[in-house]
Amino acid sequence: MSHALNQLWLVRMRTFIREPDAIFWTFIFPILLTIGLGIAFRNKSAEIIHVDVADGAEAELLASYLDDDDVFAVEIVAPEEAYERLRLGKTSIIVKQGDELEYVYDPTRPESRLARVTLDDALQRAMGRADVAETSDTEVTEPGARYIDFLIPGLLGMNLMGGGLWGVGFTITDMRVKKLLKRLVATPMKRSHFMFALIGGRMAFLIPELAMLLGAGWLLFDLRISGGLLSILVISAVGALTFSGLGLLVACRARRIETIVGLTNAVTLPMWLFSGVFFSYEKFPEVFLPFIKLLPLTRLNDALRAVVLEGAGLTDQVVPLLILAAWGGASFLLAMKWFRWT
Amino acid sequence: MSQAVLCRDLRKRYESKAGAVDAVNGLNLEIETGECFGLLGPNGAGKTTTVEILEGLLTATSGRVEVLGLQWNGRDDDEIRQRIGISLQETRFNEKLSVRETVKMFRSFYRQGREPRDVIGMVNLEEKEKAWVGKLSGGQAQRLAVACALVGDPELLFLDEPTTGLDPQSRREVWDIIREQRTRSRTTLITTHYMDEAQRLCDRVAVIDHGKVIALGSPDELIQQIGGEHIVEFDLVHRNGESADLPAESFGGLAEVSSTRREGDGYSLTVNKPHVALPALINMIQGEQLELARLMTRHVSLEDVFVTLTGRRLADEETADVARA
Ligand SMILES: Nc1ncnc2c1ncn2[C@@H]1O[C@H](COP(=O)(O)OP(=O)(O)OP(=O)(O)O)[C@@H](O)[C@H]1O
Ligand SMILES: [Mg+2]
Repeated sequence: MSHALNQLWLVRMRTFIREPDAIFWTFIFPILLTIGLGIAFRNKSAEIIHVDVADGAEAELLASYLDDDDVFAVEIVAPEEAYERLRLGKTSIIVKQGDELEYVYDPTRPESRLARVTLDDALQRAMGRADVAETSDTEVTEPGARYIDFLIPGLLGMNLMGGGLWGVGFTITDMRVKKLLKRLVATPMKRSHFMFALIGGRMAFLIPELAMLLGAGWLLFDLRISGGLLSILVISAVGALTFSGLGLLVACRARRIETIVGLTNAVTLPMWLFSGVFFSYEKFPEVFLPFIKLLPLTRLNDALRAVVLEGAGLTDQVVPLLILAAWGGASFLLAMKWFRWT
Repeated sequence: MSQAVLCRDLRKRYESKAGAVDAVNGLNLEIETGECFGLLGPNGAGKTTTVEILEGLLTATSGRVEVLGLQWNGRDDDEIRQRIGISLQETRFNEKLSVRETVKMFRSFYRQGREPRDVIGMVNLEEKEKAWVGKLSGGQAQRLAVACALVGDPELLFLDEPTTGLDPQSRREVWDIIREQRTRSRTTLITTHYMDEAQRLCDRVAVIDHGKVIALGSPDELIQQIGGEHIVEFDLVHRNGESADLPAESFGGLAEVSSTRREGDGYSLTVNKPHVALPALINMIQGEQLELARLMTRHVSLEDVFVTLTGRRLADEETADVARA
């Protein structure tokens, strides 16, 4: 009876929207994360370079050379204090006037190396060095190449993973703990209806979830979506199904909330780290890459980025989609095989 | 075929690291259609295990089970589930759903049944119809469980401790529901710890202990088995106020006394004719130079049957000695 399916689905909808925690983690948290990370890692038009001039005979003069340049934030401080500030990262470089100009900096810090070059250039010019070649600059900052552009599809993938694993896995375990699953299977309820409703409930929130995150990216950070919205929806739907399947598998026998929390963390944390949510997985050593590329979230993120950032179509994404479907299908079948209702 | 439930030599063994537990150990039951049948027994007797096997939630280790003439075999399972109603000993329904939404969901699983509104009325939860389940009191939640058991209009109703934790008023309401089932020739199997409940409600009861039926019959029959209709309870003291310590058996020879038992510091006698037994008792006490500190007579209840049966069984020589020491 479709009536039962309908009721079960309604129940899932109602319990979801009446659960403030679920709303927060599904809708609000990813947006907060986007805003936070987007601001923390925004590409600043002109990065400020902090320079400490060690107090001494020529300090005032040195500082005055840099006065006109907005790029530099200059402070004159006692040498010991300058070292301390360098150690704490409050300044990128120290400049000291002795017999010669001395730069003190940490070459392993990119901003310090940049400061070394820029500062030297500015001081040399101020002291009278002439450029030998004519130069001109053409500046390009394209939306699409920024960190936030990289980040948003990754967060979307992460959210789909969390929604499936927590949304499905936790719900099931909670119902098992409360003996509600047991009560339900004692009725003539079709078990397939229950599963459909559970996963259908998850899918129903896909569109608002996508709209919120991509919308926030677009409104706040001028995110440009190069590919088709439909492609994004299809890929996200496959991802959501895959992770719902994994959620079912993880929860298929768990009898305690602690168990499901532990298992879900064990599944999600490695993917948070390795699947290129916050930074590209290419940074890991080459030997890891084949394994990383087997992870479902890696494939989901890659496919989402290809569509959002590069405008790829669905036909280019057949392999990742198949890998996702394989994960989802296998998880679902195993979950059904091992599922414990009581 | 008129039996609603049939169990033959039912056994359920739980294996665990600590060892095996025979929760149900050769249990036989026949419940007739239309009767209200009570399962009584101390904690851990195997009531819930038995009921859950009948409900198809547990598989028996061995033995034969028929429910409404059908067996749990995969093929008829759905048919059985359509025709039974269940309230588990412990279920927590979804806290974020209203009473009405919960009952409606359960209704949707059945081919035919009652209107959600009607069953909510039957368990007197109309006022709470729109309230979230999480906001119900324990007793109200229990009544909701009964409502969900009734919504499929079951021929056979299983209620596992439906009145535990209910106030007297709510208990009566649940009793009324069960009585209504009986007037409609529906069968009810109820487990309970409350003897008065079983006595008022059940056509027949089975007392089970250690996974076996140790007594079966109507409450009246069981009470008669005990060999008397009245209980006389009393405490004895010496003239100087010290409590007296006579063996219970010393009262066994008195007229019309059919059994004797120590109960706490006092004594409990099962008696056929109190008007004969009491003068004899008082005579004897005076002869022993003792005084009565307390005296009470009452009708035998199922409680006494229960204590006599399980007490005798649990308190075989050694535990009886421990209790006396
Ligand atoms: N899943 C299980 N694993 C191991 N032993 C179990 C399990 N379930 C029940 N038992 C044991 O089986 C015995 C019977 O338990 P059951 O729940 O049937 O008792 P009960 O008569 O319903 O008791 P109560 O009045 O406390 O509800 C108990 O000794 C119990 O410890
Ligand atoms: Mg029980």
